[in-house]
Amino acid sequence: MIFGAILAGGTGSRMNIADMPKQFLPLGDKPIILHTLEKFLLCDRMDRVYVGVHPDWVGHMQDLLERQVPQKERVTLVPGGGDRNSTIFNIVDKIEADWGQSDDHLIVTHDAVRPFVTLRILEENIEAARAFGACDTVVSAVDTIVVSENGETISQIPDRRLMYQGQTPQSFRISLLKKLYQSLDEEEKAILTDACKICVVRQTPVRLVEGDVSNLKITTVSDYKIAQAMVGGQVVD
Amino acid sequence: MINHIYQLVSPGVFSIEYASTDLADKVILRPRFMALCHADQRYFLGQRSQDVLRKKLPMALIHECCGRVLQDPTGTFAPGARVVAIPNSPQSPDPIISENYRRDSRFLSSGYDGFMREYIDLPADRLVSCDGVPDHIAAITEFVSVTVQAARRFDRLAHARRDRVGIWGDGSMAFVLACTLRSLFPQIELHVVGKNARKLSMFSFVGATHFADDLPQGFSVDHAFECAGGEGSYYAIDDIIRTIEPQGAVILLGVSENKVAINTRDVLEKGLTLAGSSRSGREDFVEAIRLMGDPAVQNRLNRIISIDDPVCQMGDIERVFRTDLNTPFKTVFEWRM
Repeated sequence: MIFGAILAGGTGSRMNIADMPKQFLPLGDKPIILHTLEKFLLCDRMDRVYVGVHPDWVGHMQDLLERQVPQKERVTLVPGGGDRNSTIFNIVDKIEADWGQSDDHLIVTHDAVRPFVTLRILEENIEAARAFGACDTVVSAVDTIVVSENGETISQIPDRRLMYQGQTPQSFRISLLKKLYQSLDEEEKAILTDACKICVVRQTPVRLVEGDVSNLKITTVSDYKIAQAMVGGQVVD
Repeated sequence: MINHIYQLVSPGVFSIEYASTDLADKVILRPRFMALCHADQRYFLGQRSQDVLRKKLPMALIHECCGRVLQDPTGTFAPGARVVAIPNSPQSPDPIISENYRRDSRFLSSGYDGFMREYIDLPADRLVSCDGVPDHIAAITEFVSVTVQAARRFDRLAHARRDRVGIWGDGSMAFVLACTLRSLFPQIELHVVGKNARKLSMFSFVGATHFADDLPQGFSVDHAFECAGGEGSYYAIDDIIRTIEPQGAVILLGVSENKVAINTRDVLEKGLTLAGSSRSGREDFVEAIRLMGDPAVQNRLNRIISIDDPVCQMGDIERVFRTDLNTPFKTVFEWRM
């Protein structure tokens, strides 16, 4: 089976817009997270969509589902964990409790605050995860990437042609992801906050899927303003 | 949901419009295969007047498409159902005037966004099931439906002597019209009049083909269809008026940017009926799909379809328009945006 995993565990402290986590802010006519969720629900290859929400906001998300999501029976809410990977594995645990373990289970993990994801990106993630076990959505780096180890002077400037910027979705064969995660000790788990990096440090190839510059992550107030401008909506601040 | 709409902003230049689309009451369709039309090409190449371009752009092009239903709150279609989309959108009922001729009808890809979108949202009555017709052929259903509309207008207007009917033009419209007439009126002897030997050779299923500048002595038809369009309209209509029998019906389908002079003296003398036929409505789509279920019709339509590579990114959109300039008939492509 193919499972969507929308990650909305954060509290959005970087935005300073009231106290509401950013995924619940309105974009156009509805909260950001519902735009993202609708994209997943419209992908007919996605059997079920799990949404990892900060425990304080599960009730709010449940209300949104009841009121605004016609296909709510395909959605399951899962309380998020302390970090990104904990939320992913809370979802993995819930999937396996609901559907059992299988080598055929794929998971498409995605930031709730990337509502501009396209169906093409979702479908290519599913294809790549099925064929290669793990994939990451990326776009070629436009700006030159500069490495500084001390934050004051340049250590190196890698060849820009080899640089990509990571987006989401990141998609995996669940059995592979679990096996790799279980091989980490607590110290590694604390450092490896990115699910694809778990694969990379364990020398497991991660296939690249071409993302889209429009698949932006709404993290800061200016991202939010850009996103609102893109859909012609009002900015709330 | 945020929909990505791929609009032509000025001739040759596409951009993305992000639109928040409501999922509440319309069917949501994922486009699968699309076909290009001359009308799209005229916008892409900037061959419409500046005034028209200023008024209508930015706008998503393409009005020929098939896809599969993702969700339908009305319950008319099951998820996964294969359908074709009707670009004509009537705004009010009218018992007399057909939906495609009403002043207030909207046509997607002419003043309103066409089908080059990530998702298409339409009322359920603007979709017709295309089961039994392969995707790449179903993509040209709208085109076939336009010829069904013309055939129905012919049937209503033309007198009962229908032994020989002429089609002027040797392009896609003439070919598909010939297919449709062959299916609906198999007893009629069809005569296709064109200019291009290679194109005319494709019309193997009609009574005869002729070169416009070398019509047989005494050539005549009971009724005629004009499918030349553009600069060819004048010559085609003039030929038709000269060779048609008295009281014949002339159905005009060719689009011309310029006004066309018509020999009204002979129209009057022969008592001819000139009727325009444009676009199509739901009934025409339903009939088109019925006709296209016939393997012989699919076989004929297949001959004029060139399938270009899939469209997966912005640059591919421009590529299919360029490809279409070099394909003799219809260009069809898979939509993966």
